[in-house]
Amino acid sequence: MTSTIIWTIAILAGLGLLLSLVLFFIAKKFKVEEDPRIDEVEAVMPGANCGGCGFAGCRAFADAAVKAPNLDNNYCPVGGNEVMKKVAAILGYEIKEKAPMVAVVRCNGTCENRPKTNIYGGSSSCKVKASLYAGDTACPYGCLGCGDCVNACQFGALSLDETTGLPVVDETKCTACGACVKACPKSIIELRNKGPRGMRVYVSCVNKDKGVVARKACSAACIGCGKCAKVCASEAITVENNVAYIDFTKCRLCKKCVAECPTGAIHDVNFPVLKPKAAPVEEKKEENNG
Amino acid sequence: MEKYIVSPSPHIHAKQSTSSLMGDVVLALLPAIAVSVVFYGWKELLVLAVSAISCVVIEWAITKWLFKKPGYFCGSSALVTGLLLAMNLPYTTPWWVVFIGALVAIGVAKMTFGGLGQNVFNPALVGRVFLLVSFPAYMTHWEIPQGLFGVDAITGPTLLGRVAENGAASIEGLNYWDTLFLNMGGSAGEISALALLAGFVYLVCRRVIKPWITLSIFATVAIIAAIFHCIDPAQFTGPAFNLLTGGLILGACFMATDYVTSPMSTWGGVIYGFGIGFLVMMIRYFGSYPEGVSFAILIMNAVVPLINRAFHQKKFGRA
Amino acid sequence: MARTTFSLGGVHPNDAKYAKDHAIEVLPLPQTVYISVAQHLGAPAVPCVAVGDTVKAGQVIAEPAGFISAFVHSSVSGTVKSIGPRKDLAGNNVTHIEIAVEGDDWVDGVDLSDTLITEIPADRAAVLDKIKACGVVGLGGATFPTHVKLNPAPGSKAECLILNAAECEPYLTCDYRIMIERTDEIVVGAAIMQMVLGGCKTVFGVEENKPEAIKALKESVARLGYKDMSVLPLKKKYPQGGEKQLIDAVMKRQVKSGGLPISVGAVVQNVATSLAVYEAVQKNKPLVTNTMTVTGDCVPDEAMHNYMFRIGMPLSYIAEQAGGVPQDAAKIISGGPMMGKAVANFDACTVKGSSSILYLSESATKRHPEGACIRCGKCAEACPMGLEPFLLNRLYKAGDVPALEQNAAQDCIECGCCLYTCPANIPLLDNIRLAKGQVMGAIKARAAAAKAAAEAASSEKK
Repeated sequence: MTSTIIWTIAILAGLGLLLSLVLFFIAKKFKVEEDPRIDEVEAVMPGANCGGCGFAGCRAFADAAVKAPNLDNNYCPVGGNEVMKKVAAILGYEIKEKAPMVAVVRCNGTCENRPKTNIYGGSSSCKVKASLYAGDTACPYGCLGCGDCVNACQFGALSLDETTGLPVVDETKCTACGACVKACPKSIIELRNKGPRGMRVYVSCVNKDKGVVARKACSAACIGCGKCAKVCASEAITVENNVAYIDFTKCRLCKKCVAECPTGAIHDVNFPVLKPKAAPVEEKKEENNG
Repeated sequence: MEKYIVSPSPHIHAKQSTSSLMGDVVLALLPAIAVSVVFYGWKELLVLAVSAISCVVIEWAITKWLFKKPGYFCGSSALVTGLLLAMNLPYTTPWWVVFIGALVAIGVAKMTFGGLGQNVFNPALVGRVFLLVSFPAYMTHWEIPQGLFGVDAITGPTLLGRVAENGAASIEGLNYWDTLFLNMGGSAGEISALALLAGFVYLVCRRVIKPWITLSIFATVAIIAAIFHCIDPAQFTGPAFNLLTGGLILGACFMATDYVTSPMSTWGGVIYGFGIGFLVMMIRYFGSYPEGVSFAILIMNAVVPLINRAFHQKKFGRA
Repeated sequence: MARTTFSLGGVHPNDAKYAKDHAIEVLPLPQTVYISVAQHLGAPAVPCVAVGDTVKAGQVIAEPAGFISAFVHSSVSGTVKSIGPRKDLAGNNVTHIEIAVEGDDWVDGVDLSDTLITEIPADRAAVLDKIKACGVVGLGGATFPTHVKLNPAPGSKAECLILNAAECEPYLTCDYRIMIERTDEIVVGAAIMQMVLGGCKTVFGVEENKPEAIKALKESVARLGYKDMSVLPLKKKYPQGGEKQLIDAVMKRQVKSGGLPISVGAVVQNVATSLAVYEAVQKNKPLVTNTMTVTGDCVPDEAMHNYMFRIGMPLSYIAEQAGGVPQDAAKIISGGPMMGKAVANFDACTVKGSSSILYLSESATKRHPEGACIRCGKCAEACPMGLEPFLLNRLYKAGDVPALEQNAAQDCIECGCCLYTCPANIPLLDNIRLAKGQVMGAIKARAAAAKAAAEAASSEKK
């Protein structure tokens, strides 16, 4: 009886020893030499693996950053300057600080502004809808409202507003990873400068139809009249294909264009509420700060 | 202008839906259920009702409160599970044991995997096997049936039970016609082969299921039984006995053909059926349990993902 | 009963040929027509008239831009009012030529009489030129330019010309009507194409639910006495009229994945195309008219029609002529219920390939909420290409393009059998269509990369 127990223990212990030796030698032989800095860099990354930097995940980014000669082409939009400073400290590189960005939905085709012309009955995916037809309104450029961007956002920064039918960006959660920009088949979402204290001005429309057609489809459409471009002192506004665009690197936030726009297509957000004097131009901004 | 629907093609849909398919399965089970109720009386009805109702309620509760996705609830599918579970239990099973079976079937075997379409193992069989292992006394206890019309039947253990204990010789003189219409002892799903086969034919005609899996099981069982019976008729029972007794017909027609837990392709189904048939015969001949249909199907359920990977449909224009 | 059919999958929807006994009527001319320059597969044509020009019916108003492209002719006589973007039936902007109708003058040389000309011209090149000049495109749905299809690349030989007379889409009856009413012309058109292809075997494939058409075609073929021409009844099963399925049914040969029908010696042309070829070659009449069915499940019998329309007529105008949109219509479809397009813009205009205005009621067409996949495998059973839609759907959701390619997502013919049959109403085809696009994109990118690499290698050698 005792001998059986002893034998059992001996055989099992021997087996364990043998196998651990095998494992030890295999681990030695097949060890992959890696730059230890990759681990260090990865440790300071946000760890969202969102792909916003252009790499498959945080480790791929760390690997690329370590191998690159400088950090000019590698920037983590989610971590922003803070994380990049840490990365630069580990690698001994200089960083170019970037202004924080935020996703902006450039469509104000709410159910009210842009009446439906048909009922979409296919699967609830912007991609499917966009490949099928122009959409359930008369505007073939605007938001399709199926929420592909909402599904793409890992940070819970996007949600569909049920009354407007449009996605809304939560600025505090948005990391500007750009997943929603890629997900939107209509290229409506753009990453723009967050602006000082979040203040920014943008054209909330991408409709390239002629003014009459665009206006007929949506009362909040940019009609490409060019009034904003004329009034702009910093030459930030261009009108191309019947739609105005504000270059955020040039815009000085004077808001003259906002007052000038006949359809209210230009939105200003996060500006402090002024005294009653300048009130009329600011009606829509609260709900449309996406 | 009025607003019209716009959606991608196709613009029409076949009439079959998940609930209509499950409804067909319930219909197909009705003859066997009717026979069992006539044979066993109100006690059988109680088992059926408890099992069916608790399965549906448990599924509804889990989809509503645990998943928080009430749209996932498919009552007809849970009803089928409930009926099949009941048909695998003796009519004397106490209601609380039936309820535990239902809880295991729906709660553990189905919902933990993600609900309808996600489970690896047949829920009704998991429930049944759980009860068989946990409450062997209730599960192998066969009383004299008190039929509604006082139909007489043999008392004592089931035929397979007798064979397991006393060998093939103990069933000498058995009239196979009896087993075709009214089997003796056993659960609701073991009584009438004919009623079950009628349901099976109905399902095939309605194009609810394909017959290949079932036929493959029958063929395998018949061939293996024939070979062993030739070798030693005294020890091994013959093909007719093995086909007609026990839960083989119920298992082959209704449990093995469950969409979710069976292979998709025709040839995959044939291999799956062979596996079940083979395991059933091995358990019956050499195992310690008299019956092995449940175990055989569950074991083959585990192999289904592999079979699905190995057998793909023949593609058009590709050699 | 006919047993000839394709080998894999297929579904059996109710054929609903309610409009089959309505003879073809000619639609009156509207005041204005809008003729699209993108009525064919391939590059849109380029307008060659200017605003203010007076045009006659049958006059070229847009010229092909590229090898796979086609002429577009004016369908009416009148004045060009504008050339510019107009919304097509999906609501997207396409260049249209607006013509105000004045009278009905045709260009010289067009024979508008209905005398049958049975003699087949012998000059192959001249016939092909005529087909091209008359803007004939395939009218079975894909609108592929016919002269390209009838002129296979050197080295490949047509062994069999298949006339697609299956009309397997439920509801549609316009092909059936022309087979009954214009049988001889179709047969002559087929004989012309047979000559162009070098005298190959010619088979009319007709679904068995059209016995009158089979009888009429058989009689006409016997009477006109062209060589090697026959009528083959096919089993009623969707998609019998799919190009690859039809070749499989008639010739028992399967076109390889990514291959063209000609690779197995087949050329498939629709019967409506055959009629257009006849009119082009024998009558000098360009493709500016076609037949369409106005029908549906919520349409009273008196409101069902088979019309001969001119291209450029607004759909809403045709609907008005037919007695308005029925009350219960929930969806308007251009084409059949399986592969047709839902109309988003009812003011869109007819094009060469228009085949119907189909009204479906809400109960017939509404998609039911999506349920969980129960792995029943019915989609795989129904797929005529032998694909596994449930698997492709899953792979698409996982974004696994290499696996999608391995499982042949690119072979999908978008027939709709999978979605039609799915008991859980999973939008399989919606996703597989996108998956197919992704795989095609990947294949093209790979081919381009390989080409670039080959070029780089050859330039290095030099």
